[in-house]
Amino acid sequence: MMVEESKDALAVSAPETNASTTSVRDVNVRIDVQSGDGRTAGEMIMESVDLQVHYGDFLAVRDVNLKIHRDEITALIGPSGCGKSTILRCFNRMNDLIPTAKVGGKIYYRGIDLYGPEANAGEVRRRIGMVFQKPNPFPKSIYENVAFGPRVHGKPSRAETDDLVERSLRRAALWEEVKDRLKQSAFSLSGGQQQRLCIARALAVDPDVLLMDEPCSALDPIATARIEDLMHEIKSQYPIVIVTHNMQQAARVSDRTAFFNTEIGANATRPTGVLVEYDQTRKIFSAPADERTEQYISGRMG
Amino acid sequence: MSLTKAASLQDTTSTARKLRDRAFLGTLWLATLIALLTLIVLVFTTFVDGRGKLNLDLLRNFPSPFPEDAGIQSALFGSLWVVLTSGILSLFFAIGSAIYLEEFANPNSRVQRLITLNIQTLAGVPSIVYGVLGLAFVVRGPLGWGFTVGSASVVLTMMVLPMMIVASREALKAVPPSLREGAYALGATRWQTISKQVLPAATGGIATGSILGVSRALGESAPLILLGALAYVSSNPSGFDSDYTVLPLLIFKYATEAQEEFRAVGAAAIIVLLVLLVALNLLAIVIRDKTRKSW
Repeated sequence: MMVEESKDALAVSAPETNASTTSVRDVNVRIDVQSGDGRTAGEMIMESVDLQVHYGDFLAVRDVNLKIHRDEITALIGPSGCGKSTILRCFNRMNDLIPTAKVGGKIYYRGIDLYGPEANAGEVRRRIGMVFQKPNPFPKSIYENVAFGPRVHGKPSRAETDDLVERSLRRAALWEEVKDRLKQSAFSLSGGQQQRLCIARALAVDPDVLLMDEPCSALDPIATARIEDLMHEIKSQYPIVIVTHNMQQAARVSDRTAFFNTEIGANATRPTGVLVEYDQTRKIFSAPADERTEQYISGRMG
Repeated sequence: MSLTKAASLQDTTSTARKLRDRAFLGTLWLATLIALLTLIVLVFTTFVDGRGKLNLDLLRNFPSPFPEDAGIQSALFGSLWVVLTSGILSLFFAIGSAIYLEEFANPNSRVQRLITLNIQTLAGVPSIVYGVLGLAFVVRGPLGWGFTVGSASVVLTMMVLPMMIVASREALKAVPPSLREGAYALGATRWQTISKQVLPAATGGIATGSILGVSRALGESAPLILLGALAYVSSNPSGFDSDYTVLPLLIFKYATEAQEEFRAVGAAAIIVLLVLLVALNLLAIVIRDKTRKSW
């Protein structure tokens, strides 16, 4: 039943922004009512099954089985080149933009095959938002940056757009800092503010999941702390998957952690990423099951 | 030994090296000076020659066999007609081709590489060749439009198009991929991403390249000789099917007349043409500076 409901919701359509916004939430509500267990933490929203990615002939990462749960932050950690970002980019089909990338295995979003015939890449990316490593605001005003997403998916009225911009900026904890200069260029903001603007921009299309690709690696510690606080605040509304190079950050913010490592395959010259261990964060950092995880988190590897 | 580092910071460069250094700098200065002096002398002598004729009558009068009534009005309007229409036409085609080649075509395909090579070659083809082509296919031949503004406009479009495509592609290429990613990640379609983010971000570069293309068309004379612009035309063009002449060719005509007085009219016309060209280039610089982005 749940699968059926969601299939309709993800089908290719260009409904008016507000209508589609409500429909997403409606689906959630209906699922909850039908399953009779309310909004329990831990409900699975996304799942990858034997996911593997090739770039041309090169196998970049293989056999990734991950479950993304509601109300949680999931961290992907591991040494450089282990395929963390590649995996993340499969979760909202950003890898479609790289012509040589080939995705094998399955990813399910609320039971729907992300790469299946019922899934439209644009709709997938609206539901599963993304924040990038380097803040990448559009060369437009702060207001226009946030308003772009909603306008892409419909024709919201001026009042609706104003309202959406304010709500999104508030949720991204940026409103108080920019409310008097919404017409100014987004480049007038500091790096940390730009990144929060990018988060606000992603929230403006009311996503279901938020993917973050090393969102703090270009920021100073204070700006990083603000983003981490923000992640804690919004995780109950938007489950987050974060790629990070910073183990302390993973330990601080995440509920679950996936540790990836690299290995050189039998006939390969370049290392392939593998998922070594995936568990609750406190378990990964206190009593990892795999020796390689233990070595990595204690700083003896990577 | 390695412990006793020389404590002196004195200059130990040999005299010969210093001399070579100065000689090199001197050569650079000389080259710049020659280029600059040539331009200054040219502009100055033209101004001195044309000074007497540089008045409103020059713009008001039509070309005439008598130097005292000779003006440039029909050539000025002819130039504006031809340049503006070919500018609009080529901008349309250049942006279209550039978007296709940069955003849609597979950069590794053979066809795409062949097209790129072709465009770069076309950008270097001497303009007279476009004139011959235009004479055969537009003035006569299949289209048969005759010696008209329309023919000139189409041929000049063909001539500046490769240059404008290259400039527009460069402008699109300069838009960082992170901007496209940002739009795609919000669920935008390819066309929404291009039309709402990439094109606006590339406007400055496209405008600059296009204006430079247009200013090349404005100064062009060779292909237009073959397209019937080398004539005394005593009325302004009124449409694509009108007779026309253009400033560079009228200047050529005045310069080759027997009467000495025509030289002054020609020189004055050169100044008008130069003013137009400088204005276009200034516009390009202003647009470039205004739209300069810090990514």
